[in-house]
Amino acid sequence: MIADIVAAVLVLVATAYAVLGGADFGGGMWDLLAGSATGGAAARHRINLSITPVWESNHVWLVIALVVLWTGFPVAFADIFTTLFVPLSVAGLGIVLRGSGFAYRAQAGSVRWQAVNGGIFAISSLLTPFFMGTAVGAVVTGRVRASGDPAGSWVNPTSLLTGGLFVAVAAYLAAVYLAVDSDRAGEPDLRRYFTRRALAAGIVSGALAAVTMAELRTSAPSVFTELTQGRALPAVIVSVLAGVAVLTALPTGVMWPARPLAALAVAAVIWGWAIAQYPYILPPRLTIAGAAAPAATMGAVLFVVGVIVVLVAPSFALLYWLAQRGSLREADEDGAGPPRRPAR
Amino acid sequence: MRTGLALHSALASPSLRASPSLQVVPARAQMGSSLGFHIILACMGIAFPAIVMIMHYIGLRRRDAAAMLLARRWSRVMAVLVAVGAVSGTVLSMDMGLLWPGLMGRYGSVIGIPFGIEGIFFLLEAVFTAIYMYGWDRLPPWAHFWTMAPVVISGVFGAMSVVAANSWMNDPSGYTVANGKITSVDPVAVYFNGATYYEMPHMILAAYMVAGGLAATPYAVGLLRGRGSRYNRLGFLLPFTVAAIATPFQIGIGDTAARAIASQQPVKFASMEYVPRTSTHVPEWIAGVWSNGRVVPGTGIALPSVDSLLVGFSPNTRVIGWDTVPPALRPPFPTLLHLSFDLMVLIGMLMLVWGIWLALWWWRRRDLPRGRPGTVFLAGGALSGIACVVAMEAGWVVTEVGRQPWTVYNVLLTSQAATSATGVPATLAATVAIYAVLTVATLAVLWMMKRRWQATAGGADVAAPYSPPAEREAR
Ligand code: HDD
Ligand code: HEM
Ligand code: HEM
Repeated sequence: MIADIVAAVLVLVATAYAVLGGADFGGGMWDLLAGSATGGAAARHRINLSITPVWESNHVWLVIALVVLWTGFPVAFADIFTTLFVPLSVAGLGIVLRGSGFAYRAQAGSVRWQAVNGGIFAISSLLTPFFMGTAVGAVVTGRVRASGDPAGSWVNPTSLLTGGLFVAVAAYLAAVYLAVDSDRAGEPDLRRYFTRRALAAGIVSGALAAVTMAELRTSAPSVFTELTQGRALPAVIVSVLAGVAVLTALPTGVMWPARPLAALAVAAVIWGWAIAQYPYILPPRLTIAGAAAPAATMGAVLFVVGVIVVLVAPSFALLYWLAQRGSLREADEDGAGPPRRPAR
Repeated sequence: MRTGLALHSALASPSLRASPSLQVVPARAQMGSSLGFHIILACMGIAFPAIVMIMHYIGLRRRDAAAMLLARRWSRVMAVLVAVGAVSGTVLSMDMGLLWPGLMGRYGSVIGIPFGIEGIFFLLEAVFTAIYMYGWDRLPPWAHFWTMAPVVISGVFGAMSVVAANSWMNDPSGYTVANGKITSVDPVAVYFNGATYYEMPHMILAAYMVAGGLAATPYAVGLLRGRGSRYNRLGFLLPFTVAAIATPFQIGIGDTAARAIASQQPVKFASMEYVPRTSTHVPEWIAGVWSNGRVVPGTGIALPSVDSLLVGFSPNTRVIGWDTVPPALRPPFPTLLHLSFDLMVLIGMLMLVWGIWLALWWWRRRDLPRGRPGTVFLAGGALSGIACVVAMEAGWVVTEVGRQPWTVYNVLLTSQAATSATGVPATLAATVAIYAVLTVATLAVLWMMKRRWQATAGGADVAAPYSPPAEREAR
């Protein structure tokens, strides 16, 4: 029972990482696709403003997810990281390169240095979610076990499709958030720019999700059944409805529901996956109960989560509130001159 | 509650004895290099915010323009360092699974607890660091100042938590085992294990010494070059004083740690102090290279009975030697351990001397040391950052290499902890290459920032408006 609660917490933390951190990866992808140094400057500037104050905090959810996994379900953690050594190593290196590239770019003094670091940031923003996705595909299809296949586990249609899906979804979330941010900042051109991209990425994500699901029919029949006919069906329906709502709201210029609905569309897919593979943490054999740590450990994990809810959630809310108000920006270096007016 | 798989049971398993994972050596090298890189930035994350906060306070309280400018620029430096620290730390937590699934699969439910607590502080630290760094000019000045307080506090508690995990590996307790499975866990006993009380303060003080020394370095160089503005003096004095104040406490705790290790991990102690046989009247070696069962003559000085004296305050104290365990259970490279330990102690002592030097001059003349001795003093000040980093890394070598061949002391061998995945040499190569590049790039970025700032740094009362290079606007 307590193991199920911790598993649910793990899913929620992963969701937070996906809808918050995922968008930061997506921002890097749009940066990559923004074009030449001059032509893409406006979009890159917007991406920079939106990501800078929040990406580090968003990315801590990954750390929390890892810690909950290894503390609550140590055997599953060990099997995942042994079998999926290759994609997870690449993802780890991608994480370092992305964060450092972004930080260096912000302080860079020359265009060339900016371009090199910006490029590293952008390319690793694309690779990291792809490889994370292949790992998820391996878990869903039951390829992760004590001595799983180090290559076949993640080089297979489901894994590659899931990797692609992760990339598309990250791009989609980012484009939606950036469109909303541009709107709030009073930049209609950029709003339209990102709206177009949000629509394109949304359609690609939807299509990839459908193909991946169809693929699961052969590679993970029981998950497929749950998703299409069983207890995970409601989550799939919620996701589709939310996704369609975003696609209709954005072009009409109704911006306020776009951000939460886009997040919901993505969250529901994650929940659907979790519900569909319940009670297994690593299908087809290792159950949540079977992998669970002793009760006192689970209690400690829930205690930590409780503290996070009480202390960290309000801090996060403060951060987001300040960021949305435009109160958080790279300051003028020496404080000379009047402060730039907060963007509205 | 102190239970473990007994020492011999770990060895009795024939498969483990016959084929230690071939990945052990590259895995250790990868862990050591990623930690060794991360920890420097971690020190800046733990202690630099406090130094920035003090500087900011001086700036606000005394309306001191130089102090404000320093605080403002330091928060920029922090933006770079914290970002690289955060991502390199994330990779470390992935490394725990990539390199040590044998540790995490067996003891994840125990060692995970302090890491979980650390997670709280990572989140708080990240959130408030961002608010502080990007809140300049946009938040009310004092409110903005106070947003740094949670960062300072969570830096300390975060450090406590990671070190709790490490100290648990040195002195595992707080769990029971049956049939090779963990059956119960006592989170409080895990977090506050027998090595916690010295490791935690030792590491936190180390972080303050490292951050203070590194922050003071560029200004010491500036002063040496004759740029004696208030800006440079303040930029040197404040962080260096922080490091100097930490030093005597650090030495006291280090001394306590050494004594604790003599009883908790006697084989580690024996290796770092060259005690081959259990005996009384054990000499203390200053420097010295161990080879073929003895210290090579002429490489070190033995102080008769001093080691016994340090361990038990009497020359008759029995000190346990490494002969008490079979060779396979002794740490490798006693020379590395011993010299690392000596180096750490030497640097601690030098920092103490420098601190006293500064205190005396300040007390007598309200000034930095002047003249020729002043140059020596400042040269030492300019090297103090690097020296503290070296001392800290040496300390970790003592802790980590000294615990070998165990990952969890007397409970889990490193060969059992290591992964069976065969790709480690490749990821090791990638890790080393990337961290080498990141080290160079981080220094390059800091250097570029320094160069930009130097235009105005000379002035004590920096009023000249600063215009950023044109490209920065294009971004
Ligand atoms: C004594 C200090 C200390 C030590 C020994 C370590 N770390 Fe660290 N770590 C910190 C002190 C720190 C810090 C100062 O708290 C950092 C640096 C920058 C930051 O934001 O937090 C940090 C960042 C940091 C992060 C990123 C948090 C974020 O995204 O903000 C992770 C996941 C880890 N660490 C994990 C580890 C692991 C798995 C370690 C050892 C096995 C480890 N750290 C050693
Ligand atoms: C005379 C002074 C010092 C003594 C006697 C001393 C003693 C020790 C000992 C015995 C250890 C091993 C702990 C273990 O194995 O668990 C250690 C570790 C360590 N030392 Fe020192 N030390 C001194 C100065 C310093 C200085 C100046 C620094 C850094 C600026 C430093 C940083 C560290 C670190 C980071 C560790 C590893 C982690 C830890 O135990 O917390 N030490 N020290
Ligand atoms: C951040 C400072 C640290 C540094 C610089 C450091 C350094 C090292 C080094 C050099 C090794 C390789 C040892 C060898 O080759 O014999 C190692 C191994 C290891 N360290 Fe540490 N260490 C640090 C802190 C920690 C902490 C806080 C943990 C927490 C769990 C940890 C976990 C490990 C593990 C699991 C290994 C591999 C097994 C072993 O060699 O014992 N280390 N570390």
